Amino acid sequence: MSMFGRMNTIFQAKMSKVLDKAENPNETLDYSYQKQLQLLQNVQRGLADLVTSKRRLQLQHDQLQANLQKLDDQAREALGSNREDLARLALQRKVGVQQQLQGLDTQIAQLETQQEKLTDAEQRLRTKIETFRTQKETLKAEYTASEAQVKINEAATGISEEMADVGLAIDRAQDKTQQMQARAAALDDLVATGALTDFTAGGQDDIDRQLTQLSTGNDVDTQLAAMKAQLGHTDQKQLEASQ
Amino acid sequence: MIARVSGSGQFELPDSSIPELHEYDHRLTEALHARDAQQFHALLAQMIEYVREHGTAVPHDTIVPSSIIIPPEDITLDEAHRFFTDEGLMEPVPA
Repeated sequence: MSMFGRMNTIFQAKMSKVLDKAENPNETLDYSYQKQLQLLQNVQRGLADLVTSKRRLQLQHDQLQANLQKLDDQAREALGSNREDLARLALQRKVGVQQQLQGLDTQIAQLETQQEKLTDAEQRLRTKIETFRTQKETLKAEYTASEAQVKINEAATGISEEMADVGLAIDRAQDKTQQMQARAAALDDLVATGALTDFTAGGQDDIDRQLTQLSTGNDVDTQLAAMKAQLGHTDQKQLEASQ
Repeated sequence: MIARVSGSGQFELPDSSIPELHEYDHRLTEALHARDAQQFHALLAQMIEYVREHGTAVPHDTIVPSSIIIPPEDITLDEAHRFFTDEGLMEPVPA
């Protein structure tokens, strides 16, 4: 089946739930209208969930950002005490946190896009529901006329399609929200453990860690060298000042 | 004819656009079956761009059914596959 054909089947499946329930046209209109109002509430709930997820990720972002500074301070302190091994650990962790931060940036941006789309969908649906409400009373009054039946079907099908589309948007937003919540839960550990003593905690096994070391080694070496140079420079200045 | 871009609303296009859109549909389906994500996203973006360029947005207060429904522009290849197999995202067609 083609993509269009498949999309149509998906929509028909969602629409049939709204259209098949009522026996007579007046009932179809009223039943559909009730469903529309329910759907509008669902969109609003979906939006609220999305915003909650986004806030949580933003909060984690802020906390991880604070951890970066802390790890940097720790590395500096460790180097000052001639504990290069500890400084290395802190910087390795810092690189890991930086990678997580980049991932979070992407996800927060994705949630924002989804939020905009859902907000637009809500606006469209709200306007269409208002149009439908007016049309439905007119159509009810003309019910005896045979052409009213055609109009009723068209209005009911048109609004059902809109509802199916909004329903799909909510499903997708919920999917995304769930993914983000799982991710946020996994990140909580990382956010909570900023200190070196907790470095060995967390889900990584030894191989994971060694792999990370391979990829982060260069970055750590560069940062270590920079810190050493800075400290050396400061020591030299202090030496000169005391002479 | 009316085309819906799922998640982005409806557009009215001249009937002369129909063959072009069906050509896109054909190539999109091929890319999906070949699991060619790059081609799939490129074609979908082109098709939606075509609809926006050649069509006029249907006003919010107009209730009208669509002739064709185009997948959401940010759909992933996995999601599109699930659309085809009734897994997860979509509920199966009732008997």
